[in-house]
Amino acid sequence: MKKVVCLLIIVMIAMTSLTAGGQQQAEPARVVTVFGAFVDEEARRFEEAIRPFEEATGIQIRYEGSPEFETLISVRVEGGNPPDIAALPQPGLMKNFAAGGHLVPMWSSLEQAVDSNYAPVWKELGSYNGTPYGVFHRVNAKSFVWYPKKAWEAEGYEIPTTWDELESLMDQMVANGHTPWAVGMESGGATGWVGTDWIEDIMLRTAGPDLYDQWITNEIPFNHPSVKKAFEILGEIWLDPKYVYGGVNTILTTSFGDAPRPMFQDPPRAWMHRQGNFITGFFPDHIQDNLVEEVGVFPLPGIDPEYGIPILGGGDQFVAFTDSPDVREFMDFLATWESGELWARAGGALFPYLNQDLDAYPNEIERSLAEALVNAEVFRFDASDLMPGPVGAGSFWTGMVDWVGGKSLDAVLNDIQRSWP
Amino acid sequence: MSEMEKTQGTGSAAQKVLVAAGRVLISLFIPFVAFIVLYGGFIFLRDSNAPQGIIAAVAIIWGVGGVALLFWVADWIVNRLPMNTAKKLQPFVFVGPALVILGWYLFLPALRSLYLSFFDARSQEFVGLQNYVFAFTDPKMLESFVNNLMWIILGTGGAVGFGLLIALLADRSKFEKFFKSLVFLPMAISFVGAGVIWRFVYAYKPPGEEQIGLLNALVTFFGGNPQAWFTLRPWNNVFLIIILVWLQTGYAMVIISAALKGIPTTIIEAGRIDGASELKIITGILIPSIFTTLVTVSTTIIIISLKIFDIVFTMTNGNFGTEVIASMQYKQMFRFLHYGRGSAIAIVLVIAVIPVMWYNLKQFSKREGF
Repeated sequence: MKKVVCLLIIVMIAMTSLTAGGQQQAEPARVVTVFGAFVDEEARRFEEAIRPFEEATGIQIRYEGSPEFETLISVRVEGGNPPDIAALPQPGLMKNFAAGGHLVPMWSSLEQAVDSNYAPVWKELGSYNGTPYGVFHRVNAKSFVWYPKKAWEAEGYEIPTTWDELESLMDQMVANGHTPWAVGMESGGATGWVGTDWIEDIMLRTAGPDLYDQWITNEIPFNHPSVKKAFEILGEIWLDPKYVYGGVNTILTTSFGDAPRPMFQDPPRAWMHRQGNFITGFFPDHIQDNLVEEVGVFPLPGIDPEYGIPILGGGDQFVAFTDSPDVREFMDFLATWESGELWARAGGALFPYLNQDLDAYPNEIERSLAEALVNAEVFRFDASDLMPGPVGAGSFWTGMVDWVGGKSLDAVLNDIQRSWP
Repeated sequence: MSEMEKTQGTGSAAQKVLVAAGRVLISLFIPFVAFIVLYGGFIFLRDSNAPQGIIAAVAIIWGVGGVALLFWVADWIVNRLPMNTAKKLQPFVFVGPALVILGWYLFLPALRSLYLSFFDARSQEFVGLQNYVFAFTDPKMLESFVNNLMWIILGTGGAVGFGLLIALLADRSKFEKFFKSLVFLPMAISFVGAGVIWRFVYAYKPPGEEQIGLLNALVTFFGGNPQAWFTLRPWNNVFLIIILVWLQTGYAMVIISAALKGIPTTIIEAGRIDGASELKIITGILIPSIFTTLVTVSTTIIIISLKIFDIVFTMTNGNFGTEVIASMQYKQMFRFLHYGRGSAIAIVLVIAVIPVMWYNLKQFSKREGF
């Protein structure tokens, strides 16, 4: 017994000295830790994109991603153990941390870079109480309609540029015995977001960005006529079984990733699918392999011509928790197109930089998405991401499910309004 | 040490003082060394940038070794004390860590939840009973209470009922072991795993497409229309409860079966000789004999039904009128970051479990489990 105990003590003392040694070795390296929500392939492409920075400066960027990011980051910040930099997918998180005094406000060089490289909306999205904190890097845009290109060409369908054209195209499809839309909004714990995205797109097209901003902050109530109108326009499509493949039961129970698949059956069971740029990753393999030949895309047409073709989207904003020269240098780098160029070339990412080189994108589809994003007169962040959690990740989602499931529109809107904290 | 002990008997007063001082010093020194070693390990684990393999190895050595070290040091100190005191303190060397861990990880958090439940979302302002008013008036919460009641009645009734039936039938079968293993197998599957399996059973595709869901494949085979099972209120709750029954029947069956084997055959034979029918033997002899077992099994499954979370969360996320209390708590706490409401719902859940727990413990102590 005593020998074992002695051995243990020796091992432990050895470990303690190891501790000191380990710390000494770690200190000289210039390391910046970054914590974010993207993992696997996306994390790999991010690391590749920032490698030139690491080589040029000698600063080592240690990126760590977690699918449980949103829970973990709060725990780490409140536990006094934040990363140097975090990539926050939800602006609400940034506001929480900024309100708690955890974030480093933008310094002048960073603010200048953001002012000259981004449209003003991105700086506003990264600000809390007028102080800018967040730098956007990779972003996503959602207001796109995907369609099976070859089948469309065979039928002679043409891309609609106005909402009226879209409606007459839908009726033309129905007359041909086709079902226009493929929709599915099942998404586990987040079921409903596909529906909230549609509502937001229609809100931007009918009520415009100003009412949209008031809607996010509840300056206009959730049961406001303009919100109701957006639901009614969506209802004309979604709740009409001739317009959506499989009707409401399919909308409710089909996973968002499986939803576009009916478009790629032969003959197609559905002819259009509205979804963000990431959805191409969910297309069947043989479609992904020949994406440019098989798939076409156009922005969801505008409704009120006053607002043009608004684009709805989102993105991770990088915020600094610690202030050091290395952290500043890396944040400055993130605000430039150079930090995104390699990732854009690798594919699967859009960037908001005004001075970006559209030729960098590997194919026509991604180029046209980036073009629509940069040229949009109105860009707005996903409203459900900006609303308080109990609404944006709660009653708005479940309200969509209830409404599609047959609950009356007034009751749903009143429920959501009541849940506003 | 042994030298000191030898000199103790014959030593002068000066030596005695020296020995006493040495004892005090060592008594302080050994815990101090133990503390340094443990703290060093802690700091290493917290701050080290070493490869994960080394950190994991150190964590294991530090964790296991640390516990052994703590025990050894505590035991060593207690043995240095006068006999009477040592005798009184000795049990706490063994029970103490368990009590400390229970207090630190269970009792204190429970108290803190109670405290937080009277505060607002960010735990800054006192709001009185507002969170409890929410817990008992919010429509989704009321829906959860009704659903949880349904889980308790149908889930427990189903699992214990089928468990009893299968135990009784298997007892009379040649292939007892085979049947029992078959029923017991799902016990090994986690709730989330079961959710994945049953998603395929309940999967829905529009009419005209090939049905990949087992249930809809059967329905369409017999000429019916495929159903989106999860959207059919209130039956969707029953479809979810069936999963719990599937998982827990094995547990109920094994315990009940063991109790059945414990009944003396003489009583059953006496019943048969008196001309009792098989049914009469079951209702009149077998079930009363295993009544306490049935109660224990039922209370265990009632508690599981009260706390049910995984199945609902993975299958419907509480949509279509299937919300339950635990999933409401999770959403308030971790999705909406409303610590007040989350804590209040947690406390409500604890209070709901307490009577069942208490009854269960009473039954245990009756059977001299404690």
